[in-house]
Amino acid sequence: MAKVLVVTSGKGGVGKTTSTAALGAALAQTGKNVVVVDFDVGLRNLDLVMGAERRVVFDLINVVQGDAKLAQALIRDKRLETLSILPASQTRDKDALTPEGVARVIEELREKFDWVICDSPAGIERGAQLAMYHADQAVVVTNPEVSSVRDSDRIIGMLDSTTERAKKGEKIDKHLLLTRYDPARAARGEMLRTEDVLEILSIPLLGIIPESEEVLRASNLGMPVTLSNPTSAPSRAYFEAVRRLEGETLDVSVPTERKGLFDWLFKRSVA
Amino acid sequence: MSFLASFFGRKTSAPVARDRLQILLAHERAGEGQSELIATLQEEILEVIKRHISVDQDKVQIKMDRGTGVSMLEIDIEVPETRPAVKTA
Ligand SMILES: Nc1ncnc2c1ncn2[C@@H]1O[C@H](COP(=O)(O)OP(=O)(O)O)[C@@H](O)[C@H]1O
Ligand SMILES: [Mg+2]
Repeated sequence: MAKVLVVTSGKGGVGKTTSTAALGAALAQTGKNVVVVDFDVGLRNLDLVMGAERRVVFDLINVVQGDAKLAQALIRDKRLETLSILPASQTRDKDALTPEGVARVIEELREKFDWVICDSPAGIERGAQLAMYHADQAVVVTNPEVSSVRDSDRIIGMLDSTTERAKKGEKIDKHLLLTRYDPARAARGEMLRTEDVLEILSIPLLGIIPESEEVLRASNLGMPVTLSNPTSAPSRAYFEAVRRLEGETLDVSVPTERKGLFDWLFKRSVA
Repeated sequence: MSFLASFFGRKTSAPVARDRLQILLAHERAGEGQSELIATLQEEILEVIKRHISVDQDKVQIKMDRGTGVSMLEIDIEVPETRPAVKTA
């Protein structure tokens, strides 16, 4: 049975697109058939983060409007054959995304893939609602920071009220993904503590993704971080998150970079 | 720095990012209606082909690879067999 997962947050810039690419690739790396869908119409970025920007021909809106078949709009990743992307439109009118059209596309994607991962736009408007509407599960991406936690709370409320599952009286599985987490600042007491965020939002923790320069490097290269550097701290956190999504129970830790002699030498010589 | 970076087997990523952006933005600035153009091309090419053979729209794959100077537009059409297969003894 295919699972539809929305990656959402309310707030922008917290790491939804980064996490969609990383979780999608990590699942595909375990052999699952995965499609990542960009719902950020007008401001698409998932294609860039995935390194598929040169290959976009058709997009979600073309499929919704019947100008292209789904198979024509899907772009298969060049590095991972189990990973595909359905890009968003860059230019067209947001209202072109109709609820009926989206329902049809999601239905078709469910037949083709094991996981359908929807990258939500920021905000709580139409675009975000359409992205979450068909979800069976949600990853709520949150930074340990007051406005992000507040927006996540709004989004959790919407997941429980305006989605298809909520309307049918069914439950939608919600997971908290804490991103851009800075262990040093947390140790100094300068960042909201994980326990506090968990207590406030009271949804289970999927993982803690540390702030890392590997994420920037990955996006420069156009690769999900789990592909560009699978052993880096953020990648290990994403791989663990994926195992939890698949139902494993694992203790949550904050991965740190393994510092060897080389790293130490390198840091010194460029300092 | 670049010597050290290559010594440690890692190329710097910023130049890759710059190149990717230059290509992408050149195309985006050049034409908004690109996907319409490709949709029209597809439709018309299909029409011509359909005059001779029947093809399913699902069996048409259009691929694009944008580059500096040249872009590749690749159209794959799966053509159904028109005659029964000839038996070889
Ligand atoms: N773990 C991280 N470490 C460092 N930078 C990150 C991390 N996660 C995201 N970022 C950066 O934060 C910015 C916003 O991330 P993005 O995934 O685009 O957020 P959103 O989709 O929620 O708007 C990007 O520049 C991205 O590279
Ligand atoms: Mg985004």
